[in-house]
Amino acid sequence: MFAEHIVKLFKKRKTDFILTVIGAGIVFSIILMAILAPFIAPYNPYVSVDDALLPPSSKYLMGTDNLGRDVYSRIIHGSYTVMIVVLASTLISLVIGSLLGLVSGYFGGVVDRALSLVMDSLYSFPGLIFAIAVAAMLGPGVINTIVSISIVYIPTYFRMVRGQTLSVKTSLYVEAATAMGASHKTILFKYIFPNVSVIIPVVFSMNVADAVLTEAGLSFLGLGVPAPIPDWGFDLKNGQRNFLAGYWWVSAFPGIMIILLALGFSLVGEGLNELLNPERR
Amino acid sequence: MTSLKAYVLTRLLLSIPMIFILLTIVFVILRLLPGDPVLAIVGMKASEEQIEKLRKQLGLDKPLWMQYIDYVLSILRLDFGRSMIWGRRPVITEIMEHFPATLELSISAFIVSVLIGVATGLFSSLKPSSKLDISLRIFSIVAYSLFIPMFGMILQLIFGVYLRILPVAGRKSPLVDIDTVTGLYVLDSILTLNFEGLITSIRYLILPSITLGIVLSGVYTRLVRSSMLDVLSTDFIRALKARGIPKNQLLFKHALKNAFIPVLTMMGLQFSILLAGAVLTETTFSWPGMGTFLMERIEYRDYTTVQGTIVFFALLVSLVSLAVDIVYALIDPRIRY
Repeated sequence: MFAEHIVKLFKKRKTDFILTVIGAGIVFSIILMAILAPFIAPYNPYVSVDDALLPPSSKYLMGTDNLGRDVYSRIIHGSYTVMIVVLASTLISLVIGSLLGLVSGYFGGVVDRALSLVMDSLYSFPGLIFAIAVAAMLGPGVINTIVSISIVYIPTYFRMVRGQTLSVKTSLYVEAATAMGASHKTILFKYIFPNVSVIIPVVFSMNVADAVLTEAGLSFLGLGVPAPIPDWGFDLKNGQRNFLAGYWWVSAFPGIMIILLALGFSLVGEGLNELLNPERR
Repeated sequence: MTSLKAYVLTRLLLSIPMIFILLTIVFVILRLLPGDPVLAIVGMKASEEQIEKLRKQLGLDKPLWMQYIDYVLSILRLDFGRSMIWGRRPVITEIMEHFPATLELSISAFIVSVLIGVATGLFSSLKPSSKLDISLRIFSIVAYSLFIPMFGMILQLIFGVYLRILPVAGRKSPLVDIDTVTGLYVLDSILTLNFEGLITSIRYLILPSITLGIVLSGVYTRLVRSSMLDVLSTDFIRALKARGIPKNQLLFKHALKNAFIPVLTMMGLQFSILLAGAVLTETTFSWPGMGTFLMERIEYRDYTTVQGTIVFFALLVSLVSLAVDIVYALIDPRIRY
């Protein structure tokens, strides 16, 4: 029955299916790369292994950087840094934003109005600039980067979950549950949340794509993860000075990885959106 | 009072709490987060005396609520304090020196993104689910994922280093002088009839605007596409078709005009994405705007200037979203409170 449904969906929306699969493929390969980093990286990403700025060769697949470190090994270990920072921060935003949105939308009242106004204002502010301000005050560090990025995306989940809660709240089965004397907790988590949560996967993957770019932006600006830790945005910046002089590999590989990862998550979000909400064009 | 007037007034009143909330958020970030600004400025080695002096100078010795009132009052007077380095100039003066560069970049990037977005969206909507439509859809996803510094550097490499036809950094050739009227070099060159200035400012503007413009265009592609499809299925378009209006006139004159309304609503939100993108574009192209300025001052730990710049961004975003909403109401009579 379920398989039949999938086959039908596939025939009807082939492009969306293909896009989602490609996106998921990119994302899972990079997650795999992050998990297996210590085993697949040929060299230590922290130390100089040869002369500086050697071009890509069979010995150093992506060349060496200005300090003689192996770019390929730094890319592999960098995937771990990027994944940890991006997933941790978006998950924090998801939990805090969704809970606040759920409670705020369900109970309504002054608190809801005030909270919505705060979240709307925050949402209207350029995310990267906000993250820059927080990161500049907190100083560099993995935890600080996670905090800066997670604050930026809380309003995204708040607005979405709150809006959805408002529309689910008035439905008949919630009314029935209220009439039967169910507690607020039961109604919220047993009746409302399951119906609200269906939209979370789409928003989450779109949001992670954005967070990848924000994380890379912060590190590119020197406000992300501190120096020797391998990180794509930082390594891209590090190679920028030599990029136009012909040593393109130091920046190009981290840059391509950032774009690929953001693209992977965007494709998943885009495809899921079409597959889960087929009535929308 | 007409409903339009009422709308504009309500919207105006609504933007006051928004501005206050943003100002408060900035205050909270800069004062309450761990990390002492004074220590950050003078460094760990400073003596107690030095620290106390600076604390007093910044007003950080007062209780928090008094600091907050001082902060809000001075911003209402548009007094952003004085920079802490290099001659201690008023922050607002320094911001006004850098803002025109950001404005010029933003305007031209915006034009590029709308042009590309409308063109691709229009072509997409002509034959939904065709090969062209699918390719343009993929273009819009890829465009959004392009990391600005990387994309900008690739364009620099191609057009600046290999083809040697466009400059890769700065706002104008150092050999050409442009008299400042508005601070927008292209406009200033036209106003002062400076032909050389016009050429150089346009040449320097091309790569950064294309970089930022293409990255932002994807959003418009899908927006124009879906609103075109909506408009094309409405009764009034079918009525026009039945009357035998030529297809081009139908598309460009009637459909596109109506498809533009959702694009307009997005502009307010897009503006904040444009500003964030401008920070990265400026640092990539050494464009002397607000983004490079902010990053430079963060590096020098010029606390008052950093605060002033962030506050300025907050005010700017609120004002633009107010303006967009009002323009939107003027154009679309359905929007009223």
